[in-house]
Amino acid sequence: MATNDRLTIAGHEFRSRLWVGTGKYKDFEETKKAIEASGADVVTVAVRRVNITDRSKENLLDYIDPKKYTILPNTAGCYTVEDAVRYARLARAAGVSDLVKLEVLGDERTLFPDTAGLIEAAKILIKEGFIVLPYTNDDPIVAKKLVDIGCPAVMPLAAPIGSGLGIRNPYNLKIIMETVKVPIIVDAGVGTASDAALAMEYGADAVLMNTAIAGAQDPIMMAEAMKYAVDAGRLAYKAGRIPRKLYATASSPIEGML
Amino acid sequence: MSNGIQIHVNGEARGWRSGGTVADLLQELAIRNERVAVELNLEILDRKDFDQRGLKDGDRVEILSFIGGGC
Repeated sequence: MATNDRLTIAGHEFRSRLWVGTGKYKDFEETKKAIEASGADVVTVAVRRVNITDRSKENLLDYIDPKKYTILPNTAGCYTVEDAVRYARLARAAGVSDLVKLEVLGDERTLFPDTAGLIEAAKILIKEGFIVLPYTNDDPIVAKKLVDIGCPAVMPLAAPIGSGLGIRNPYNLKIIMETVKVPIIVDAGVGTASDAALAMEYGADAVLMNTAIAGAQDPIMMAEAMKYAVDAGRLAYKAGRIPRKLYATASSPIEGML
Repeated sequence: MSNGIQIHVNGEARGWRSGGTVADLLQELAIRNERVAVELNLEILDRKDFDQRGLKDGDRVEILSFIGGGC
């Protein structure tokens, strides 16, 4: 990708438009290799209790150097405003920045966001100086509200987390991209490379995924595929696609024919 | 241990010595200070206060760090 095509969010500059999660890998070695193959420079992590009975376990950050990658902690697993705020504060205390990927989930089966709770939690955290990147529904009105209260980017889902269904509501995503004047990171639901390319062609500023890579039969190869997909989609978006027409237009001239 | 007290660390009861600090506890558990968050009775501690905060009988300590996670 062109080195000048950087994504900037609240003063943080990102080289890669593919962001990746670090969950569900076989081991840390595979996590590291997949992230390297993806070219991502933003990686999401969760915040959990340290295992105090088995200290032989290695630490994720021994494999993913926080000097090389932007570590983006999430509040995954939180179903209430209180829990999400608590985990965000813990993440800040454990980490190095004010960035948080805010999730307030509404339902265990779909893992869809509780958007009312999301807005409430975002307000609290923004007041405390957090840079809140909210995981939200593909709802243009909620996306606008999140921006109005001070979120410097929004992260609408393509489909339920881990579902691999691809972009279920491209028209809503397009409306969000047209109406919201902050970076849009399509988050969750990507199944394969074409889903990621499509999100970027629609005009997403970045794509975040985890399961699509970690759950593939060859995660490292899929990570590489996603890198090309995101780059190709971005270039196609910037290049400007041709309009769709119902009938053919010949590419070879008629002149000079016998 | 003459001044033995009991605290809870990540939900598990544990004997501890009166006057021992959060920093002492982390050292005993072989946990490096950097990139952990410590919550003491629901209060999130500043890392620079780890060696100032003594633990009392019945204290609830939560020690958290980053693990693999996506969405």
